Amino acid sequence: MSSRLSLRGFLALSALRTVNSLSRGTGRGSGTVAGGRVGLAIYPKLLNDLSKNRQVILVSGTNGKTTTTALCVAGWGDKVCSNATGANMPAGHVAALSGSSSPHVVLETDEAWLPVALEATNPRVVVLLNLSRDQLDRATEVRSIAERWRSALSKTAHDLVVVANANDPLVVYASESAKNIRWCNIETPWTSDAVSCPKCTQSIVRTSGSWSCVCGFTKPGCVASVSGSEVRIDNETVQTSLSIPGQFNVGNAAMAATALDVLNVDPSKSLTSMKSVTAIAGRFAVRTWQGRKIHMLLAKNPAGFDALLQSLSPGTDDVWIAINARIADGKDPSWLYDVSFEQLRGRKVWCLGERRLDLSTRLDYANVTYEVVNDLNSLPKTSDTTELLANYTAFSDWMQRTTA
Amino acid sequence: MMKIALIYPELLGTYGDYGNALALSQRSTRRGIDVDVMNVSITDELPDADLYLLGGGEDGPQRLAADLLKKSSLKQRVANGAHVFAVCAGLQILGTSFCVEGNDAYEGLSLVDVETTRGSVRSVGELLSQVGENKMVGFENHGGVTTLSPGIEPLGTVLHGRGNNGHFDGFVTETIWATYAHGPVLAMNPWLCDEVIAKVTGNNLTPLKTAADQLYAERVTSLSSR
Repeated sequence: MSSRLSLRGFLALSALRTVNSLSRGTGRGSGTVAGGRVGLAIYPKLLNDLSKNRQVILVSGTNGKTTTTALCVAGWGDKVCSNATGANMPAGHVAALSGSSSPHVVLETDEAWLPVALEATNPRVVVLLNLSRDQLDRATEVRSIAERWRSALSKTAHDLVVVANANDPLVVYASESAKNIRWCNIETPWTSDAVSCPKCTQSIVRTSGSWSCVCGFTKPGCVASVSGSEVRIDNETVQTSLSIPGQFNVGNAAMAATALDVLNVDPSKSLTSMKSVTAIAGRFAVRTWQGRKIHMLLAKNPAGFDALLQSLSPGTDDVWIAINARIADGKDPSWLYDVSFEQLRGRKVWCLGERRLDLSTRLDYANVTYEVVNDLNSLPKTSDTTELLANYTAFSDWMQRTTA
Repeated sequence: MMKIALIYPELLGTYGDYGNALALSQRSTRRGIDVDVMNVSITDELPDADLYLLGGGEDGPQRLAADLLKKSSLKQRVANGAHVFAVCAGLQILGTSFCVEGNDAYEGLSLVDVETTRGSVRSVGELLSQVGENKMVGFENHGGVTTLSPGIEPLGTVLHGRGNNGHFDGFVTETIWATYAHGPVLAMNPWLCDEVIAKVTGNNLTPLKTAADQLYAERVTSLSSR
């Protein structure tokens, strides 16, 4: 590794490792991000140096980036370097790269930090999943993210391959400035953030399987597509059997396999290996709490929530939903009105989390049966696995409450 | 029958703005008042309605919405007695001018003599204001500072948050309500939703218990203590 580093880089890395071992020693978490921050403060080009002579894949988008990163890692094979803890900003990237000398790197990247990561890591492949409204009180509006991606990608070289979702007009707008693009036909039910054209603001017209605008902006032709559990990349068709649920995850796997295909990993091999992904930091895991089995589902925004609601098995089983509105969640729970909770009619929803009253109000107006849970001991006991949908910090709370 | 037109949800629907239409329709139908909610797309002619709803939106879509509404019959319909409930970008569009993409003033509908300029910082966070005898709670997220001309009445006095300028929030006329509290403000403030329904339909409303009562009480308590 030292061959990649300048003297200053070497010093920065030493300081980073000291901080890591100190913060581990005092029991304050893994310390990796803290170490990354120190390293970058000493030597701002540390991320550039650590990325040299490696094959880097960046994964970004509003939803599915942690899962798709895990799928890329599993599909690539042994000893892939990745920011598995989900620390997806430069300090987290530095932390991951300093902890592994593997030539194969997959980095989950926060949407707002993608331009910085593009410039610093000189990636071979960038995977762009989707863009939709998320934490609008913290992030700027979703169209300005698309603008920033577009500008950053226009400055990238020919040998960067962008693997992008052709069914999301905002992603297409952001990606089309790149020189080498592999478009993927990924089912994208959430359309509310690209009803008007990102180029001219006129209406985008959607027909079955396609979209276009009067200004000429239209869905590009695709090299990869998904049909049920089948993934096609170029002329190769692979039947997938993922261990994680949801049609959206077949789409994530297809994009991961398309990215790995660029790096000469055969899709049949990578997609088979992706079966080993069963849960990612608790997401999709079945955990135990007071004798109950809880299926842990993380949804942070309307598009993610809608996708998860659609993935529930049909029926009338109760659902637990936990909502918080701390800084990491976005402090504005208005987005609850953008989720089509109406599809839960016929079930009973147990309202959990610090903003359970915002949820119960939303469900009441949707005519969905609900119960506000002020005391966790009042939750019903059942031998069946209970579906729990939670947003970011509420999910963390339930991860702590439950056991594997 | 109360006819509600939700204006250009594809442009002005950033922050759960459907919540206001939903609350109005649920709080009416549960009292036996028939409601027809029409989604007005940018390619549609403005339909006849008793109440027009304008939501929040990003800069580009806000400008397009303003252009389309300037060419529409909205002003005429308001002059003939139709009502408007507007939030955030919708509030700004009703005035004489607002700012998008930098500091260029963009011409509004001039339905009300108010002007919005760009503030030095964005106003983001929970909003609590005193509206008559009631408190109003909500969430604001905007970059505007709105100045009311003499004689234009604010909707509320700000107790927590920014609103128009740190002192007042929104404005109210005989037929228009406007506030910076976006999205589901009518869902969160049942009394305000009922006030709008009563005014638009001319009905005296029977009391209605909903889940929103608890939420409203909790938010008022939480914000009043800050």
